[in-house]
Amino acid sequence: MRHRVVVTGMGVVSPNAYGLSDFGDALRKGKSGIRFIPRLAELNFACRIGGIPDNFRSVCETRLSKKQRLNMSDNMAYASVAALDAWHDADLVIPEDEPDWDTGVILGCGISDTETIATIIVPAVTSGNVRRMGGRVVEQVMGSATSARVAGLLGLGNQVTSNSSACSTGTEAIVEASWKIRAGLAKRMVVGGSEAPSPFTWGGFDSMKVLSRKFNDDPEKGSRPMSATAGGFVPGAGAGVLILENLETAVARNARIYAEIIGGFVNCGGQRNGGTMTAPNHEGVCRCIQGAVIDAGIAPDMIDAISGHLTATFADPHEIKNWSMALGRGPADFPYINAAKSMIGHCLGAAGAVESIAAVLQIHQGFLHPSVNCEDLHPEIAEFGTKVVREYMEFPDLKVIAKASFGFGDVNSSVIIQKWNGS
Amino acid sequence: MEERLVMEKLLGLIEPFMDDPGLLKKAGRATHLIDDLQLNSAWLVDLIIKIEDLFDIEITDDDADAIQTIGNAVDVIQLKIRDRNSAAA
Repeated sequence: MRHRVVVTGMGVVSPNAYGLSDFGDALRKGKSGIRFIPRLAELNFACRIGGIPDNFRSVCETRLSKKQRLNMSDNMAYASVAALDAWHDADLVIPEDEPDWDTGVILGCGISDTETIATIIVPAVTSGNVRRMGGRVVEQVMGSATSARVAGLLGLGNQVTSNSSACSTGTEAIVEASWKIRAGLAKRMVVGGSEAPSPFTWGGFDSMKVLSRKFNDDPEKGSRPMSATAGGFVPGAGAGVLILENLETAVARNARIYAEIIGGFVNCGGQRNGGTMTAPNHEGVCRCIQGAVIDAGIAPDMIDAISGHLTATFADPHEIKNWSMALGRGPADFPYINAAKSMIGHCLGAAGAVESIAAVLQIHQGFLHPSVNCEDLHPEIAEFGTKVVREYMEFPDLKVIAKASFGFGDVNSSVIIQKWNGS
Repeated sequence: MEERLVMEKLLGLIEPFMDDPGLLKKAGRATHLIDDLQLNSAWLVDLIIKIEDLFDIEITDDDADAIQTIGNAVDVIQLKIRDRNSAAA
């Protein structure tokens, strides 16, 4: 039996808003969360702008106890707050003694906790002072830091793991968890991704010259997916967590259902035929999108809108062409498309999760958010211009959104999200 | 340093690690750090470092292993302070 998978709760810590309600408003308004980051300037970064959740420390104080906040890295704190919010949003109760054996976690990040590694571990170890590091460093830097912490906060007893597939991490987690629920191996999964803001994480990207470096004086214009003047992505940070649940359980407890995850696919281009560690094999991308559509059991023309990966690098025009080819839909009947990164930057391991929450909100509330900063559409995608959502758009009939994320390693993930109509 | 003051400062260091700081109100020499106050082994490692910093002493791994109760910790702290003072004199 194939169980249907629905979204019953969400929590978000985003550069442009904290919490679902403010995030929805920010999306509608095209509100940018990109700011000048003095620390990046002090450290001679070429890119001196980024998307960092605002005022998060005070949010933390309202959501986590003093003890829970001790030794908690930004990465863990973002994930923990988003997970707690999602759990409560789904109207679920945190178990006291007996774990919830039917609920698991898949929650990863792209680049681990480099801030702790750089500021605590490296100085202590290289100065021969290991014993002064304390007892809590491992739990901060282990690859499963966020899933482990969230499992403890929520008392979860099914599979608890952290996936990591670069910028595909968040979307991949949603697909993996959907399959687990579909197969009947869990009733419910807490899924998503998180990423901390750190120059030790962002430095490598700056050095690769893939970050936006020409808008340091005008930060809100810096993240420009699909623009002719896009010159790299703006690094972002935050977390997105969704509660995925099998339909029977959700209905039985009379849960609010935001949307249904009707299909998903994950693959890799194998770093062949143009694919490399940092560039996609276009056939791999197309197969991933098609795989999700086939898995959903829908015709490609049923997709109303696309929430793109669209980072504001040279790859954006290729991505649009890949969607077009994969769906067999040219400029005339191409779905609407927008890029949440235009407002929040590229949240790396959190990107797919935060952007999937944006997609679910758009479906649930019947609108499409503007993709800002692409007034000067890239000439290679000019013919798709009318389908690029540049102004806020009411869309009450919005039924199906396709979301995809692509990452270093030539990895791809895609989900198909459908409006819940009560049956 | 007199025992009462050492105890007071020690409890101040333990407090942030507590889910229920109220438990500390009843704490005395016999209070077990793990069984009674529910600290785990990772928190104990951090507590030892905080003790070293606050009292300006060094606690060896063997000394640390012997600390199970608040009384054990107070005794080790007082001993190390005496050692430090006599070395300085």
